[in-house]
Amino acid sequence: MTTLAAVIGVGQTHHRAKRADVSIAGLLREAIDRAMADAEVTFDDIDAIVIGKAPDLFEGVMMPELYLAEALGAAGKPLLRVHTAGSVGGSTAIVAASLVEAGIHERVLTVAFEKQSESNAMWALSIPVPFIMPVHAGAGGYFAPHVRSYIRRSGAPDHIGAIVAAKDRQNALKNPYAHLQNPDTTVESVLASQMLWDPIRYDETCPSSDGACALVIASEDAVERSGIKNPAWIHGTQMRSEPTTAAERDQVNPHAGREAAAALWKQAGISSPIDEIDCAEIYVPFSWFEPMWLENLGFAEQGDGWKLTEAGETRIEGRIPVNMSGGVLSSNPIGASGMLRFGEAALQVMGEAGEHQVDGARKALGHAYGGGSQFFAMWVVGADKPNH
Amino acid sequence: MTRDVAIVGFAQRQMKEFDGSPTCVELLVPIFAELFEQTGWTKSDIEFWCSGSSDYLAGRSFSFVSAVDAIGALPPVMESHVEMDAAWALYEAWVKIQTGLVDTALVYGFGKSSAGQLRRILSLQMDPYTVTPLWADAVSVAGMQARAGLESGAWDQDQMAAVVARSMSDAAGNEYAIRSKATTVEDVLAQPVYADPLRRWDCAPVSDGAAAIVISAADTPAFDRLPGPAAWITGIEHRIEPGALNTRDLTVSTSTTSAGAAAGVEGVDLAELHAPFSHQELILGSALGLGDDVRINPSGGALTANPMFTAGLNRIGEAARQVWSGSSQRALAHATSGPALQQNLVLTMEARA
Repeated sequence: MTTLAAVIGVGQTHHRAKRADVSIAGLLREAIDRAMADAEVTFDDIDAIVIGKAPDLFEGVMMPELYLAEALGAAGKPLLRVHTAGSVGGSTAIVAASLVEAGIHERVLTVAFEKQSESNAMWALSIPVPFIMPVHAGAGGYFAPHVRSYIRRSGAPDHIGAIVAAKDRQNALKNPYAHLQNPDTTVESVLASQMLWDPIRYDETCPSSDGACALVIASEDAVERSGIKNPAWIHGTQMRSEPTTAAERDQVNPHAGREAAAALWKQAGISSPIDEIDCAEIYVPFSWFEPMWLENLGFAEQGDGWKLTEAGETRIEGRIPVNMSGGVLSSNPIGASGMLRFGEAALQVMGEAGEHQVDGARKALGHAYGGGSQFFAMWVVGADKPNH
Repeated sequence: MTRDVAIVGFAQRQMKEFDGSPTCVELLVPIFAELFEQTGWTKSDIEFWCSGSSDYLAGRSFSFVSAVDAIGALPPVMESHVEMDAAWALYEAWVKIQTGLVDTALVYGFGKSSAGQLRRILSLQMDPYTVTPLWADAVSVAGMQARAGLESGAWDQDQMAAVVARSMSDAAGNEYAIRSKATTVEDVLAQPVYADPLRRWDCAPVSDGAAAIVISAADTPAFDRLPGPAAWITGIEHRIEPGALNTRDLTVSTSTTSAGAAAGVEGVDLAELHAPFSHQELILGSALGLGDDVRINPSGGALTANPMFTAGLNRIGEAARQVWSGSSQRALAHATSGPALQQNLVLTMEARA
């Protein structure tokens, strides 16, 4: 690495089912303008732009960054467009960070979005593909067998998923940007909601959202020359992928996620994640993925993740707070969901997370996954510069 | 201070119609095998994989996901994807090597244009609120650009025909070219007009294909095991212009000029330019200030085969082959994306003793 890099600005939209009040460009500018104001920069200070989103069919626009170039402030500058399925928000931030870490640019603006109301995500995901088994039942139908398998393997009680859903929806009440604002959600109400894909109930699924998230990432020199006193220093970034179908895959505890996490902890100089990470924003689109990913990431031994959830250790005041912002379960603008995890982790160590701030957070994890639990992107950010 | 990185492997397939899946995974597997043969490396020597492709071209979401199958199953790989021509995937891989996190990368691109109606699909790249509803298709947009230059006197029909004649004649030596035969300016001008002022030969043929390139840092043991020559990257830069066609002068390419200036075009003796339309080669040559002594598109270029999301990467690979063989000491490769040359990448490379 040529230089250290840090997040100096975070911005996001108010996430809603339909943001009919803005165009795609308007939605992006809402997040970008907030991130640049937070970073105390203007477009003149930005050297390059990295944009990410999930499939173009979600809006019905092919490579929308081409039409968006001017609105992104990219005219005359380098613009990269990343697409790595659900993990894209995370990998987009990682590509932006690498442009700074490589010493190529001083300040990079990165933005990720989805405006699902422009098209129809179910249509976009339902185009038949030759020689590939159709899912038919949406993402929940694809992941439900993995959850069932997790419950069987770990012996977790049936209500663990409901604990996660109730916690994340209560956390969302502390986040003014969150899509779902349901004050009455409790473990009991989640358990009473309709079963969609056994064992996943309606209240255990993520919403479909319009939204965007933007970050400004700066080099160590640029941070020092800025007025920002509380940057989120990037301690490590990792991405791993594996194919959708292979006999030796373990989709409950995927190799790619384990290897990415192990490499990340090593890179960030962390030997005991649960002791050294103060809080985590983890990509949990269906409630049961909280305990599953706690194990995959190494916060708990295999089969023990649910015990942290059940004991309340993943609440904001717990031992390893997870999804303080309300997470994907409360806002899911697909392409932006990963960057929201990365950005929320940064807000925590910057001390700017508002009502959902974890007291004294110094080191945080941002995590995203996509495809059939096969693409992983994650980073560790800290209030202090990395010292290894 | 950048790390020295070289292009050390290139394999491609171009064809009129690929009888296989839109993910081209059946093309990628033999291409990867060919690269392992060229480099003597195995999968475990590749530390980063990066691809370029388009969901809309494949007619489905997540088309690159199935392409990952071509890499092989476990162990997992460090991997990324751009929804752009794979030339930009090569840029991302080069950046990753510059960070020091990895030393080697395999970059691939694929596209099956024959699966749909390309010029109509590309109209979905326009402003979705104001232009796409007019179905401004890619050939018509290029026709407006060609007309603008003819009327302003920036170029004439003979110059366009000369580009076509040279490209098709040179392509005779390219086994992957779709259009190739000895052709004269008179032959070109005798063709009927297709999308006024463009003739069919002024427009790249709709093509299918896939390609891949291996790049490596110099300071890694894997590099020392390579049997073949290297083409050293001396500059790689890209820029974009506004999308709206009425906000820029279509007869010039300011983004190519600034990318070229940043990458350093001085002293190049050969250029592979990604010009899907004949007049665009004239624009690019002027934008880069290429003199008459610079050899342009010895492969035949995109006018003789233009697999979408791969053709830009192919320009880099074709230029590297010329450097490897000693035909060029210093070469330039260019890739374009978007309507009417909206986004452009310039890579320069050189031979070293």
